[in-house]
Amino acid sequence: MKIGILALQGAFIEHAKMLQALNVDSFEIRQKKDLDQPMDGIILPGGESTTMYKLLVDLEMFDIIKEKIINGLPVFGTCAGLLLLAKTVHNHSNPYIQTMDIVARKNAYGRQLGSFRTVSSFAGKANVPFVFIRAPYVESIGKDVEVLAVVDDKIVAVRQGNQLATAFHPELTKDLSIHEYFIDICKKAIS
Amino acid sequence: MKNERYELNKELAQMLKGGVIMDVTNAEQAKIAEKAGACAVMALERIPADIRAAGGVSRMSDPKLIKEIQAAVTIPVMAKVRIGHFAEAQILEALEIDYIDESEVLSPADDIYHINKHDFQVPFVCGAKNLGEALRRIDEGASMIRTKGEPGTGDVIQAVKHMRLIQSEIQNLVSTRADELFNKAKELQVSYDLVKYVHENGKLPVVNFAAGGIATPADASLMMQLGAEGVFVGSGIFKSGDPAKRAAAIVKAVTNFKDAKVLAEVSENLGEAMVGINEEEIELLMRERGE
Repeated sequence: MKIGILALQGAFIEHAKMLQALNVDSFEIRQKKDLDQPMDGIILPGGESTTMYKLLVDLEMFDIIKEKIINGLPVFGTCAGLLLLAKTVHNHSNPYIQTMDIVARKNAYGRQLGSFRTVSSFAGKANVPFVFIRAPYVESIGKDVEVLAVVDDKIVAVRQGNQLATAFHPELTKDLSIHEYFIDICKKAIS
Repeated sequence: MKNERYELNKELAQMLKGGVIMDVTNAEQAKIAEKAGACAVMALERIPADIRAAGGVSRMSDPKLIKEIQAAVTIPVMAKVRIGHFAEAQILEALEIDYIDESEVLSPADDIYHINKHDFQVPFVCGAKNLGEALRRIDEGASMIRTKGEPGTGDVIQAVKHMRLIQSEIQNLVSTRADELFNKAKELQVSYDLVKYVHENGKLPVVNFAAGGIATPADASLMMQLGAEGVFVGSGIFKSGDPAKRAAAIVKAVTNFKDAKVLAEVSENLGEAMVGINEEEIELLMRERGE
């Protein structure tokens, strides 16, 4: 099992450390040729979605990644990664990867003063720590999308087939359960 | 609760890693920067090169300008206050700025005391030219550090010097015997806990960017290879011939800082770099402000 981590900008090292703690191999994706390596899943980390999108396009990686996801490669997007996957970003015009049937709102909790942490349940597991940094949330979902976590009546984690997205940052905590959940998706996709 | 806010503020800096933070003086420039791939913008009335040229006292920007820039982009917006000027910082906090830069680029308001940054909810980034300065700022509550370099010159020599010094002082602390750390804390004029953290982890407890004199994709790559986790580009972009192109090139250079082929590609045909001034030609040394 090997997971590719998009390493164009943002908190990608944090994801690599989580996978390491789970004994899962990973590698950084910084340019087109890195996408030639075989992978069983891909992580789109937190950071700035506009920066990552610009680099994905300029470095000619956008279409390749989008195709891989459409063809069923398991993907896990956190924060900016969720925005990259959303079909529509409510208050933003950029067309991103758009493979997930959700409407998201960027900076939905306002500026940095609105950042917060909380403890909530994820896919039935209680007491999972959530860290929200200038985070988005999901305003509405399509019929194929499953809601995995809700905080204050707002949808903050979703799954559609092999696609997983969280508005918060599990990679900033010591709790491995959400990464484990993703690795499970990857394992099932192989078998 | 206070501690939690500090953690969140350090974590915002983590999200900026591997990115380029660009100085902008109006909403239009902010949009150009965002489109070029900036991970944040620094809102200010005059870029450092123009502050140098104009002389006189330079202060926090007009809140109207900051609000216009906040309205123009969705990426984080930072702004500068004078060293020690906590009232300017209170104003920026009221504007819900995403990061305050307590900066030597502006005229210092206090020649002894920096701002007590623990009093604020919003995060602070501060400049440092050695490990002692970096740790003192962190002790005061800074949640991100950058090298001072020599702003507004387009000359990277001081940023290089500061990054090399900080990295080598960190290595030195790592190899210091545990029973000598107490004296190190005294020498550096910082808390023992911080010295111990660096000794055990081999890095600062916050994100460390490069700043002050970065003008080309090669400069950005140089700083990343020396250990920076991202870069600030001040005058280098909007003082150059083709800001949008240069900005995008520096963004790509930071992502692929180790790949000389990519660097060669993005460095091609960028037009005029900022003219720049050599460090021996300048009279005002901004890096000497605030120890």
